[in-house]
Amino acid sequence: MLIYEHSRPGRMARAQYVAAEGVSSELADDLGAHARLSALGLPEVSELEVVRHYTNLSSKNFAIDKQFYPLGSCTMKYNPRGAHAVASIPGFLKRHPLAPLANSQGYLSCAYELQNYLKDVTGMQAVSLTPMAGAQGEFAGVAMIRAYHQKRGDNERVEILVPEAAHGTNPATAVMCGFVVREIPVTIEGDVDLEALKAAVGPRTAGLMMTNPSTCGVFERQVQEIAETVHEAGGLLYYDGANLNAILGKVRPGDMGFDVLHMNLHKTFATPHGGGGPGSGPVGVGPRLAPFLPTPTVGRDEDGTYRWLDQNDIPDTIGRLSSFMGNAGILLRAYAYARLLGAEGMNRVGAYATLNANYLATSLEKAGYTLAYPGRRATHEFIVTLSSEAKLQQVTAMDFAKRLLDYGYHAPTTYFPLLVPECLLIEPTETESKAEIDGFVAAMTQIRQEAMTDPTLVTTAPHTLPVTRLDDVKAARDLDLAVKVNA
Amino acid sequence: MPFIPHTALDEQEMLGAIGVPNVDALFDEIPGNLRAAPLTEVPAGISEMALKRLMDQRARMDEVDLSFLGAGAYEHHIPAAVWDLVGRGEFMTAYTPYQAEASQGTLQLIYEFQTMMTRLTAMDVANASVYDGATALAEAMLMAVRANKTNKSNRIVVAGNLNPNYRAVCHTIVKNQGLILEVLDYDPITGCLLGSVEAALDDAAALVISYPNFFGGLDDVDYLTDQAASAGALVIGVVNPTALALIKPPGEWGTRGADIAVGEGQPLGIPLASGGPYLGFMCCRQQFVRQMPGRIIGRTVDQTGQPGYTLTLQAREQHIRRGKATSNICTNQGLLVTAATIYMSLLGNEGLRQVALTAHSGINALTDSACQIDGVTARFSGPVFHERVLALPVDASLVVEKMAAHGVLPGLALGDWVIGMDHCLLVNVTETKTAADIDRFARLLAEMIEEVKATC
Repeated sequence: MLIYEHSRPGRMARAQYVAAEGVSSELADDLGAHARLSALGLPEVSELEVVRHYTNLSSKNFAIDKQFYPLGSCTMKYNPRGAHAVASIPGFLKRHPLAPLANSQGYLSCAYELQNYLKDVTGMQAVSLTPMAGAQGEFAGVAMIRAYHQKRGDNERVEILVPEAAHGTNPATAVMCGFVVREIPVTIEGDVDLEALKAAVGPRTAGLMMTNPSTCGVFERQVQEIAETVHEAGGLLYYDGANLNAILGKVRPGDMGFDVLHMNLHKTFATPHGGGGPGSGPVGVGPRLAPFLPTPTVGRDEDGTYRWLDQNDIPDTIGRLSSFMGNAGILLRAYAYARLLGAEGMNRVGAYATLNANYLATSLEKAGYTLAYPGRRATHEFIVTLSSEAKLQQVTAMDFAKRLLDYGYHAPTTYFPLLVPECLLIEPTETESKAEIDGFVAAMTQIRQEAMTDPTLVTTAPHTLPVTRLDDVKAARDLDLAVKVNA
Repeated sequence: MPFIPHTALDEQEMLGAIGVPNVDALFDEIPGNLRAAPLTEVPAGISEMALKRLMDQRARMDEVDLSFLGAGAYEHHIPAAVWDLVGRGEFMTAYTPYQAEASQGTLQLIYEFQTMMTRLTAMDVANASVYDGATALAEAMLMAVRANKTNKSNRIVVAGNLNPNYRAVCHTIVKNQGLILEVLDYDPITGCLLGSVEAALDDAAALVISYPNFFGGLDDVDYLTDQAASAGALVIGVVNPTALALIKPPGEWGTRGADIAVGEGQPLGIPLASGGPYLGFMCCRQQFVRQMPGRIIGRTVDQTGQPGYTLTLQAREQHIRRGKATSNICTNQGLLVTAATIYMSLLGNEGLRQVALTAHSGINALTDSACQIDGVTARFSGPVFHERVLALPVDASLVVEKMAAHGVLPGLALGDWVIGMDHCLLVNVTETKTAADIDRFARLLAEMIEEVKATC
């Protein structure tokens, strides 16, 4: 039922009326022709109806708080309540983004320290916290690469190289920044094809975007040769921080030779995904790109006062990326997470994320599943390919994914990366216990059995959720994007 | 460390199953010279209790008694039920609703949000939101260039009275795709756009109008929209959602309405929180829906014929189209959309109208009080929604500093924002301010102006 179906003319949540008496339309007489004459069209419901409706809606969601959520590349780890609680302290919630510096030292001190922590864990020289999501961090990073070449008058560099396994945002970002995308093939072992890369680089190369571990779930062993190859050709290296959780405390992108990276704080630093956002995508840079960082960043004067650094301090900045200064509330949660973990906790993240992934990969292999890269160590995630199951029983990776929902597990990422057929990309994260992983393996074992004996059960799943499979074709053909007026 | 559940026994069993002696062996593919040195900047971990104490202290440093700051982020009352519901783990810790069957809560909620935004703006369709108001405008500009088949141009004409931060953000985002932003001057008396703009719009892809404008004033949107229409330019309206309870929605501007409407959704139940996370909303005409960036939710049916909700028109998006997508965006502000939807449901038509009316009458009352102070005047003539520029007899930044020391943030000193406005203060009033608050503002303003005068 829609909230509009609860609506009745004249019903109201009266406690929310700010001036039930004494506010009359005459007060708006000065607006003249500007006045709105048409109805607002919001629902008219009681407070209890609102609370009950949205509580009931919430119960139709899967969530980390309810289920194991092994979504590859998404790092669905536990979101600590303590971090949420401190970001919700009234003084932080009520701070206006344009408050004078004298009334901002509390927030600015947290942001400044977070910048330093992020520099430390990534091995970069400077950090800007302003990008509001991973994709915006990518945009900032590639825009800095462009600004760098332009500043040097190196205007022929129009190509961004992207491994074919890359996340879709990488090529989309390169295009948004005015570049042409050139894809580099990946070997059957999951590494970037170094010979193809060497053949592709040249005076047109602006940079290479990659993530390590790659989206194939393996560590790119030749990363130093790749960095040398791109740098020698005059290009820069972009690190997509989507998979930073795998190496936190073990390897730093700065040490691998990257010039710029973004970090998905909603993955690695455990801030909530919120049903699809908000994210937060700070960027870190090495010496070459530090002059181009997006503004504002936070600096500290000699007297210990924190202040915003803007174009006066960073004259070659690529500019502003948000109305104010990024997703501050998310940055506070990430800061809190870093303080709770501390250096020793930070060092264990990558270790236990990797232990869980390798244990799960080994267990699934024992249960008869085919790993896409069997000879390789799993990193924080790994790929199972179901192409033989699809051939034999016409049960696809999507069918396995949907059937898992019936068993109370969120599905892994399906059909990504695109180059592995019928794949599931599985990432357990470090916050899941052995027992939880064993339960997941048992469900996968059961589904495999079902696929052999009763494939229809799997291909028509899910059977126990609020809806069965939805008609996506109808959704796109008979567009219904809002409740019709009078409906 | 605090959130890893493994016991020593678990670890041994897991390592045994994998067949390695220790966790470190799992990293044997990483070249030895790359292994990280110990962290030097991250301090030792602390307990949740110690963290709370530390953060309480820091938050206290930023507290003020009373604030009249607006300029794009507004202090409204947020009903208790809003964040009680938003804070539920089922909303907070869910992922993007790619698995529709396991995400009907979030998906239906966004469909309701899209409905509410189309009603409030009187536009045909809405998306599931983008990052914030400024980036929504940047996306609208890119969209207008793709969508305008009459004027095939990369020129966007921008009202000079648009929030300067919005203009700066748009410049950062669109310049690399060759878009050119041209700024239209405003009238120094009214703060609104000057007379005929048709010539400036010749062969432009779009005109950007801010309603209310950065100074709180109300441009003649009917006239501007009609002028743009006859010049073949699309109209992008940047609007405040609270204001739309009182002033003309973009879908009703001029004879044909605006083509795209965007804005900052923060006033709809989202705390100020140092500037984010907020949400940018985007609405447009039906005919442009395939040029819209970001997620869009559609209503459809499942295999048994019962209604359900799903992500639709995904062929526009980066995870399908890669380099040919409408934008690289891959999140929406899901949790903030949740807050805004619950906020709008709780307030309803009359509740939101009262918020808007109270704010509007509040700024008028504040203007009357302030203008009785010697040397204080309203900088621009004409009606405003809930924000206005006051011209002071002294440098406004000095007054802000002094009033802040007394616990009152009087607004934004415009010297750093607009050339020649060193004496100007942009003041906002919402429904949260009482007559006593306005009185305190006016008395303190009078005193502090005298203090500044005395020290100059």
